[in-house]
Amino acid sequence: MSEVVDFSTFVERNTDGTAHMALAVEGIGCAGCIRKIESGLTKLPGVVDARVNFTQRRLAVDWRDDEIDAARIVSELERIGYQAHPFAPERAEADETQHAKWLLKCLAVAGFAAMNVMLLSISVWSGNVSDMTSETRDLFHWLSALIALPAAAYAGQPFFQSALRALRARHTNMDVPISVGIILALGLSLYETATHAAHVYFDSAITLLFFLLCGRYLEQAMRRKTRLFAGNLASHKAAFAHRLDGNGELTQVPVSALHPGDRILVRPGDLVPADGTILTGASEIDESLVTGETTPRAVRAGATVYAGSTNFAGALTMQVIAAGTGTLVDEVERLLHKATEAKSRTVRLADRAARLYAPVVHTTAALTAVGWLMAGASLHDAIVTAIAVLIITCPCALALAIPAVQVVAAGQLFRSSVILNSGDAIERLAEVDTVVFDKTGTLTLPDPAVDTSTIDPALLERAARLALSSRHPLAAALARQARLRVPYPAAVEEPGRGVRAVIDGKEARLGSAAFCGVDAQAQAPSAPAGTSFMAFTHGGRTAQIAIGQTLRPDAIAVVQALQARGLDVVILSGDRPEAVVAVATQLGIRQWTARLKPAEKIEAIERLKSQRRRVLMVGDGLNDAPALAAAHVSLSPITAAHLAQTHADALFLGERLAPVLRAIDVARRARALMKQNLVLTVIYNACAVPIAVAGLVTPLIAAVAMSGSSILVTLNALRARLTISSPSASEDAAASGSVPKAVTTAEQPGPLADTSMEPAR
Amino acid sequence: MNVLIYLVPVALLLGLAGLIAFLWSLRSGQYEDLDGAALRILSDDDVAQNPDAS
Repeated sequence: MSEVVDFSTFVERNTDGTAHMALAVEGIGCAGCIRKIESGLTKLPGVVDARVNFTQRRLAVDWRDDEIDAARIVSELERIGYQAHPFAPERAEADETQHAKWLLKCLAVAGFAAMNVMLLSISVWSGNVSDMTSETRDLFHWLSALIALPAAAYAGQPFFQSALRALRARHTNMDVPISVGIILALGLSLYETATHAAHVYFDSAITLLFFLLCGRYLEQAMRRKTRLFAGNLASHKAAFAHRLDGNGELTQVPVSALHPGDRILVRPGDLVPADGTILTGASEIDESLVTGETTPRAVRAGATVYAGSTNFAGALTMQVIAAGTGTLVDEVERLLHKATEAKSRTVRLADRAARLYAPVVHTTAALTAVGWLMAGASLHDAIVTAIAVLIITCPCALALAIPAVQVVAAGQLFRSSVILNSGDAIERLAEVDTVVFDKTGTLTLPDPAVDTSTIDPALLERAARLALSSRHPLAAALARQARLRVPYPAAVEEPGRGVRAVIDGKEARLGSAAFCGVDAQAQAPSAPAGTSFMAFTHGGRTAQIAIGQTLRPDAIAVVQALQARGLDVVILSGDRPEAVVAVATQLGIRQWTARLKPAEKIEAIERLKSQRRRVLMVGDGLNDAPALAAAHVSLSPITAAHLAQTHADALFLGERLAPVLRAIDVARRARALMKQNLVLTVIYNACAVPIAVAGLVTPLIAAVAMSGSSILVTLNALRARLTISSPSASEDAAASGSVPKAVTTAEQPGPLADTSMEPAR
Repeated sequence: MNVLIYLVPVALLLGLAGLIAFLWSLRSGQYEDLDGAALRILSDDDVAQNPDAS
């Protein structure tokens, strides 16, 4: 293509005048790839540096602008065999990376301090029962204070800041009791050190910080990993638009660089890159990703088209309008706003626990102080005992109990091709009792497929090879059937009509019935609704090839497995009733509704909610986005419309529907483990609090009890790996039914095959 | 016990050196591509400069 490609929106300037660009690269899988890419690029004149980040499957290139340009670099990568997609790193991602570095620094400081303070503390504990002089003990206490106080002031910031934010907003979270506990422990220890007392808690406070930071960092790393992966996928999908400039020249620009008012050309077979009105041309548009409707809509000049539709027949020029001004998009946005507001009211398990925990603990401490005073103890002793209660109940284990399970479960889901958007989705997935499916693109495959049963294989092979020369989306489905992937020489495409070529001395035509001279009425009457036909003729032999939506390969098995788990399965579709009923009967789903508008989908979900049901919505269309946001929890296939993806709690990869089932299973087990962990911490407190109230806690007991409970809870969370992964093999086999086992995304066909960052392993 | 006067600071300094080394490696970006580092040692870039090996 001689068309100019404009990468300028992705290129950054370094301070020394060289240009810099980040690219997501498909297909990096081994050590050889790193070398091949890096040496291949640095050989080019003008390229200053090329560095592959294997973990992120990304490439950073620096070059001198006067010698080479970005388009040349991308085409060179393509020549050595790698598809590269430039992307502008999102602000949120950069923030997360920054945050991760900060947490790691805090963790390092806390770890250093914890080790050294513990060294001094153990000396004191053993010295207390042998021959240590009180001067040496004081020296060790002062040294501990010198290490612990600055370290806690630095490493405790993540908790102090979060606690402060929560208090300003007039509610509490888990970080409030943590911060109170740590500050009191340090303050008391400092006072005791100054008064030459025997017991200080510097080691407990700083070890606690270390454990909590470990949990915080792991949780953050999990979120960052999924976000990175999602960012790569998004850039692989990011399309280029053909912009018509003022002088009639075509420029390829990334969709993100389109502005309202730009004129763009949409060729047959292309996705419509932005919302807009058609200026010239007429075509048929497949809007199944927008409305769920599978029959193409005829459009002419003046009509409004939405981003995400596929242009079938003719080339269109259109004018981009500001996103969200279309009537449908407007309505979807308004509904989304309402639905998201309603959802923010659900409270996470951890926060619920924190709300119960903080008042109980603080009251117990206050009662302890009052109790000891009434029993005749001195004010000093009463306060020391009360603070000991606070220190020993400082919710270290509680703060680890839920995140630890979340991290392990998210890793499990990641390996089975489910990417979480929000951390608490696991809890909500576990509560689900009703599963609502969208039909088009969710229960069925996003791309149409050919019904091969009625056609002579030899004829089909010829038609499929001819289809290789066409840009029509239906032809693309047919072309996938071709065994010999070589197009016929001198094949000519007549836009909007079909392709013709000379095969074995006779003319062959593929396209509309009229183009091929075939009687359109002779179509197979038994074809299900929503099926499109392509005619093929070759030397007097003709065929009508049915191309339509097909179910995902394991849809039937997954729906049965869901029903076997006692879940209600419902279909809410925007498509015609004929098309929906066919799918519903095939899957054995009794509850279905067709021809729903976005608002009606929400209404249907609200009705289910009012029956006290917890709804899992699985959908992919723009019209599903509000319903995804309104449901208790939601899933989208990775092929979904952008808006749907951003409002789903998790995305699943690949052709199979099994990840939906797996997500529910993993979530249920994870929730069971979370509850177990909460019970464990309650038992721990039930044992430890009476000791503390009785005033018997020494720093040694505090250190052992607190570290012990944290380790116990973390080990219990790791059990998720064992209990979740062992039964999965049999479930996967059951869910896949007749389909051969192909669990990892790496084995699946299509553009996703190379994007597998982690799930492949 | 006078030995503590210099032994404890020495122990602390050693720990501090470890901490500073870690912070330095973090700042210089050594934790950004952990999987890549594992694979890069397999590449023969350094050997290829030797005319006998290829």
